[in-house]
Amino acid sequence: MRPFEYATPRSREQAVGLLGRNWNESAVLAGGTDLLALMKDDVVAPKRLVNIKQMGNYRDVKVEGNDLRIGALVTMGDLAENPEVAKRFPALHEALWEAASPQIRNVATIGGNLCQRPRCWYFRNGMGLMPKDAGGQSLVLKGDNRYHAVLGNDGPAYFVSPSTVSPVLIAYGARVRIFGAGGPREVALEKFYRVPQSENEREFDLQPNEVVTDVLVPLADVRAGYYEVRQKEAFDWPMASCAVALRMNGNTVQEARIVLGQVAPVPWIATEAAQALAGKSVDEQSAMAAANAALAAAKSLGHNKYKITVAKAAVKRALLNAAGHKQA
Amino acid sequence: MSDEDRKHPDGMSRRDFMKLGGLTVAVPMVVGPTVVQVAGEDVQVFGPGKAPVTLMVNGKKLTAELEPRVTLLDALRDHFDLTGAKRVCDRGTCGACTVLLDGKPVYACSMLAIDAQGRQITTVEALGEPGKLHPVQQAFIDNDAQQCGFCTPGFVVATAAFVSKHPNPTDDQIRRGLSGNLCRCGTYAGVRAAVKQAAGKRA
Amino acid sequence: MSQYSWPEESQRKYIGKSVSRVDGPVKVTGRAKYTQDFNKKGLLYGKLVTCPHAHARVVSVDVSAAEKMPGVKALKVVQGPGKEIHWAGDEVVALAAVSEQVAEDAARAIAIQYEVLPHVVVDETEPPKDIKVASGPVTAEDIEDMFGNQVPLEEIAKALAERGVSTKFTESQLKEYKGYGVPDSIISAMRDAPVREAAAGSKSPYKRTATQQEGDPDAAFQQAATVSEGLYGMPLIAHCCLESHGAVSEWTDPGNLLVRISTQNVSGIAAQMAEPLKVPASSIRVEQQHIGGGFGSKFGPDSWGILSAELSKLAGGAPVKLMLDRRTEQQAAGARPSAYARVRIACDRQGNVTAWDSSSWATGGPTGGGMPPLPYVFKVPAQRKVHTAVLTNTGPARAWRAPNHPQACLITMAALDDAAAKLGMDPLEFFQKNIQLTGPRAKLYAEELNIAAELIGWKQNWHPRTRLTQGHIKRGLGLSLHTWGGRGHESHCDLTIHPDGAVDIKMGTQDLGTGTRTAVLMVAADSLGIPMQQINLYIGDSRYPMSGGSGGSTTIGGVSASTRRAAVDARDQLLAKVAPALKSEPANLEIVDGVVRVKGSTAGGLSWKQACAKIGAMPITVRGNNPDKTKLPDLTNSGVGGVQMADVSVDTETGIVKINKMVAVQDVGLVINEKTAASQVYGALIMGITYSLFEEKVMDPVTGRMLNPNMEFYRLAGLADTGELVVRFMRGPEQDKRGVIGLGEPPVVSPGAAISNAVANAIGVRVPSLPLTPDRVLAALDQPTANATTAGGAL
Repeated sequence: MRPFEYATPRSREQAVGLLGRNWNESAVLAGGTDLLALMKDDVVAPKRLVNIKQMGNYRDVKVEGNDLRIGALVTMGDLAENPEVAKRFPALHEALWEAASPQIRNVATIGGNLCQRPRCWYFRNGMGLMPKDAGGQSLVLKGDNRYHAVLGNDGPAYFVSPSTVSPVLIAYGARVRIFGAGGPREVALEKFYRVPQSENEREFDLQPNEVVTDVLVPLADVRAGYYEVRQKEAFDWPMASCAVALRMNGNTVQEARIVLGQVAPVPWIATEAAQALAGKSVDEQSAMAAANAALAAAKSLGHNKYKITVAKAAVKRALLNAAGHKQA
Repeated sequence: MSDEDRKHPDGMSRRDFMKLGGLTVAVPMVVGPTVVQVAGEDVQVFGPGKAPVTLMVNGKKLTAELEPRVTLLDALRDHFDLTGAKRVCDRGTCGACTVLLDGKPVYACSMLAIDAQGRQITTVEALGEPGKLHPVQQAFIDNDAQQCGFCTPGFVVATAAFVSKHPNPTDDQIRRGLSGNLCRCGTYAGVRAAVKQAAGKRA
Repeated sequence: MSQYSWPEESQRKYIGKSVSRVDGPVKVTGRAKYTQDFNKKGLLYGKLVTCPHAHARVVSVDVSAAEKMPGVKALKVVQGPGKEIHWAGDEVVALAAVSEQVAEDAARAIAIQYEVLPHVVVDETEPPKDIKVASGPVTAEDIEDMFGNQVPLEEIAKALAERGVSTKFTESQLKEYKGYGVPDSIISAMRDAPVREAAAGSKSPYKRTATQQEGDPDAAFQQAATVSEGLYGMPLIAHCCLESHGAVSEWTDPGNLLVRISTQNVSGIAAQMAEPLKVPASSIRVEQQHIGGGFGSKFGPDSWGILSAELSKLAGGAPVKLMLDRRTEQQAAGARPSAYARVRIACDRQGNVTAWDSSSWATGGPTGGGMPPLPYVFKVPAQRKVHTAVLTNTGPARAWRAPNHPQACLITMAALDDAAAKLGMDPLEFFQKNIQLTGPRAKLYAEELNIAAELIGWKQNWHPRTRLTQGHIKRGLGLSLHTWGGRGHESHCDLTIHPDGAVDIKMGTQDLGTGTRTAVLMVAADSLGIPMQQINLYIGDSRYPMSGGSGGSTTIGGVSASTRRAAVDARDQLLAKVAPALKSEPANLEIVDGVVRVKGSTAGGLSWKQACAKIGAMPITVRGNNPDKTKLPDLTNSGVGGVQMADVSVDTETGIVKINKMVAVQDVGLVINEKTAASQVYGALIMGITYSLFEEKVMDPVTGRMLNPNMEFYRLAGLADTGELVVRFMRGPEQDKRGVIGLGEPPVVSPGAAISNAVANAIGVRVPSLPLTPDRVLAALDQPTANATTAGGAL
């Protein structure tokens, strides 16, 4: 790690005041599990860390109006064990349990999870988020792209969005509250993610001097399901994941939200799949049809064709989980 | 510090950022915190040189002068000679550096020492000692849940935390709950047996 | 006449029993000090600046800024301008500073310019068929490689005569080769070889094709009832030792060096450091109490160990800790060579294997990779083998637990399993049918196959590959068998009985976590007739009598034999001193539970302490050796065979393979400690599962860099990934009388083949290459032939 300054603000205003206007000036430190690894690998080198863990009470989980408000500083572990979450948002509960390891979950925060950087091995090896060779051609396309995107992969970004929790939250229709120099603002989580067009941009709608303070999940009557395909039983990045939230009318799907993870540079909302499912009941056949629709536009970059198959399995199983046909 | 320095629209001292921008590598001197005014209040900014750091480790107050970039793991190992926690992946993947933070297992490599102030840190050294072993440590020996032993301290700490939380763990809970530690020699069969023995003893 | 032979079972309190490892308490409490843990006052932190390119020439190195930084105490340019670098991660500059932070900042302040050269890092592609046997002048390296590839002597001599050499071998060089055991015929061919110019610009990554033939394979293939064909392989993998390579060196005075190093070879390090450091080996003391994994990669001081000593010298002798960071460890500190092969097998109508034909290739980095011993274990009557070494910029190969055997085993057992499938035979029946081809161990293998089949439920659970099953989870069984040597290495042991009853054992060996300490104490205790706890054991120091490096499963045999001889001699000397007091002859005395007494009597003995008081003023010290032809029997032996079976489930929608159960049946001669021996086998199964399912060094074809030099995408199996493991030793008097045989390597050989065969059985098609990751499994299922045999399977 390079040397840096370190400050612990006591309010969100102080936090924002301590942050710089450019990404290389400062970074927000919450759990730190991702940030420190990036700094050790010299992928990022902020000159100041702003530890936001004392910036106010953002460690609560409580019902506020029609939302469950989750403070950005709630750890993944605490959230996973929160009875309210387990009861009202079983798919979120499951995704949290499946994420990382106990040691990570005990310090990593939900806010940090949503803002974590991609695991692309070119990026993590210091070759950039959109790595290019001397001739300006994408290293991802010419190199080993087995873990890269199969959807939304027309470039220049080919990495996959890393958070396993964000697809679930998007399926539930969550919003994030952000605090910056201009005060608080709210943005739908699905709009929070975006595809950067250059190395200087980030994968989310956040200014260098803004912090995520809360996650708001609407209390809606949906049946949700989650499935992630990991090679290892535990503590492994999924090759694909899928979260679904179904508004049901009896046994019929009225409206579906189907969101895939680890397949595109952003959490991927499969509108076609949702449409394919509307008006149907969820069974093996309709789930498979939805899965096929979700991946209809997918294309291999050369080494990642299998991910299309894997992602279909994730969609199908997430749907069957939501409908109560438990998938191992 | 002049007023002009303080009144940056971001609330950030201009000189401060100028200093950051021109930051050069050097052996840092120990200096007290800089005070900058943000949002109308004074905030202490430590580093990039050494800053006094006080940690509560195994019930003792330990102090050292550390740069903010020193991890909890490196502080424990290099400054307090608590070398039970090991540095292996140094990226929060392998679990060899596991310590307890307020009773919960965490990766010491993935936390800054300066950020661990005010927390109760427990290392493997405090769980037990030869002749006065923790039940988990005894179970690791009885079930030969170790070979080279390099992952063992981290595994022992993670297991002790796990067993206290899950006195009667199911196989599935063991699989999930001890997923954060990796072993290269392949001692998992012994670890699984050790967990069951230790849990049984507590129950 | 002393009786050195292993005591009968009735005479053993420890040997053959299950004893907890004696260093368990220091390990579980974090007190065990590994090389990484030495933090002496004044310690300097070493740091390497490594080359990011797979192949490059150093153009310039500017260390001026770093040298001037306060806190930087030593700096050395390891590879200056003009040096050619052959793999990413190779060190260019080494330095030492007062803290890790200063060292890191200094490393960052060093500017190095490279001329990037073309590289080859991907070895999975099959080499072109028409590779010509190298035709340029033969180099010393070529000769060493030909020996490594078991090229017949006539062919080596012929190559020297026809291709010549680029520079004449000097007489002193030839003498040196003779010293290595190069036969006279080759020495004279080397001397007589004409000097030829090397052809310029014809650099191919493919080299030195070895061709061997036995019997008449062409005729056998023509007469075959069935011929099966397949492609099999496994990639380069890393050792991934949890404790990285490195050392803490300090010059205790200007002429004497103390090296604490993470090593499998305590007694062998000083001699390897003496020459580069230009000090006598006797001035170098090597010390190590605990090692965090080696697996074959830690026999030498490595450039890093030598650099730690050089940096210490430059820093006035201060201790310098130079441990590789994880990235460099994964990139440069060892790789198991890959191996791939296209294999054809001929069988007759009854299912007897009649011929083998393989075209193999392998890389172990810059020098290519030798041919694994093909076909493995089964001596097929007619054989043709062609091998191509692929020279790559992937970092140097190192021995990895059972060098070359897992590769040979996978290629052979998978090919045989496919032959059985082609014949429509149950592989268990097929292997049993051909078991005579395994030679003298045929009976043992047959027995082990039956035991393993029973333990895994082969009869109940095996199904033919083509059987249709419902659902996306397919279950399958696979088997494999393996062999290894494992004779005890050279070992010397000093055992002292003090007049006050204290017993010390000193031995320059090391405990890799295999339980060496515990085994030595068990042997000594049983030989002396006293409790283990009464004996002090000192190992891990080069000042103690030399004991061999811990590799090739040679340690347990070596240390137990030298200890046994030392303890028997010391005991007999003690008995000679005590005999008059007990009014008996030494030969009539025994020591049981710490009481020296007349054989068979239960009263009137002397306690151990009382007996030792009869020694006189001076202690008894004896040296035990292995081997020792004057103190027979041999005590150690060589040659084991083992069988493993795997039960797997494959999710055909995701390509994910799960291990349900693995069974290992292993013969191992006399088992010293059942507990740690079993741990060795459990560990080998888990390591085997890991390389079968997860491990590979992923190399970027464009940049030549390793893309997963970490433990996140260089995956190791976790606690949940290993399934149920069953370990069964072949025990009993028949095994005991063979003596002690090493166990580190054999059980790690078979898992790749057993698991690959189980997956083929489950999904009806061979996944050619390990690791059995979803991309490879799904690609295999996508093959048109796969669909035909797995109806009801994939999506």
